[in-house]
Amino acid sequence: MKLKDTFLTPIFKSNPITVLVLGVCSALAVTVTLKGALVMALSVTVVTGLGNWVLSLLRKGIPNRVRIIVQLVVVAMLVILVDQVLKSMEATFPVAKQLSVYIGLIITNCIVMGRIEAFALGNKPFPSLVDGLANGLGYGLILIIVAFFRELLGSGTLFGYQVMPAGYITNNLVILPPFALILIGCIIWVHRALDKELQEK
Amino acid sequence: MEYISLFVKSIFVDNMIFAYFLGMCSYLAVSKNVKTANGLGLAVIFVLLCTLPLNYLLDKFLLQPGALAWLSPKFAELDLSFLSFILFIAVIAAFTQLVEMVVERYLPALYASLGIYLPLIAVNCAILGGSLFMQQKDFVNVGESAVYALGSGIGWYLAIVLLAAIREKMAYSNVPKPLKGIGISFITVGLMGLAFMIFMGITL
Repeated sequence: MKLKDTFLTPIFKSNPITVLVLGVCSALAVTVTLKGALVMALSVTVVTGLGNWVLSLLRKGIPNRVRIIVQLVVVAMLVILVDQVLKSMEATFPVAKQLSVYIGLIITNCIVMGRIEAFALGNKPFPSLVDGLANGLGYGLILIIVAFFRELLGSGTLFGYQVMPAGYITNNLVILPPFALILIGCIIWVHRALDKELQEK
Repeated sequence: MEYISLFVKSIFVDNMIFAYFLGMCSYLAVSKNVKTANGLGLAVIFVLLCTLPLNYLLDKFLLQPGALAWLSPKFAELDLSFLSFILFIAVIAAFTQLVEMVVERYLPALYASLGIYLPLIAVNCAILGGSLFMQQKDFVNVGESAVYALGSGIGWYLAIVLLAAIREKMAYSNVPKPLKGIGISFITVGLMGLAFMIFMGITL
């Protein structure tokens, strides 16, 4: 597969959230504000990219039987690095604190493990790095769409700045977690209406 | 009494699926029929019940700031909590391997129907999430952490069996084409989540 396809397919055609349905947990919990979604998207992109790259370098040396544990250890190490970096920035960048356990849960984010299993173990390091980054971005795209609507309708702000007119009554339903699920359901609806090949029988 | 209130709270109020969305991937993928959902739910309860108390002990005697003081007063200021992710996940992965081997040996039919999702229990967010929430909750003893594990497990189990039952019925309804399958499942879970919100704010 060409490198360009490796990069573009995960963002649209086989988006990890709307098509593969991987990594949904964190997509729902961190999308109340755009800032949180952005930090989360970035962290996941870093971890999927580097995780794919490292595992692809190691792929010939890992016995099949213990590969899940090896993958988890590598990913956990990367997540610890991300977590420590975010913790050190907490003073200037309080959004990192809101993400709390969800940063730790990147370890078990299915996108990371799914891409390592499906791509990195059978491909060269550089395409794997590209695939990882692209999947992170595809994930981030959905996160940002969801967060955009939730922050706009739920708090009337974007990135913390007031954008709705002064008389706007905030919609508290949008802030509640279940609404994120309904919103993703609608994104899937639009995506599949545009791309008929993805529809299920 | 505290145990009962913690138990009920972790099933309904802090439900893993409807309050925190943990373990969504396998939740949506393995809920096509009640039988498989039942098997996976039980496996999740078991793994949670085994790993959470173990991780509690690890946290208490190894990882917390000053936790190593029992070994020697020299370590009283040592803080190993940054290692918690890697240790927790190692415990969980080892246990999942065990469950996988047992199921493969004694319940081959269930093993075949769960497929890839059995090894993926290791990366089920509900399980690592349980351990990470446990770290924040400051339980006083192992018993409390075990009750919390059982409650969260049962909450997850109830949620997946419920969704599987609804999806089995939904096969007969006339859903718009682009929404079929996963799209309508998302919306269903959202509505179920709204219904579960009635438990919010209950104090026992």
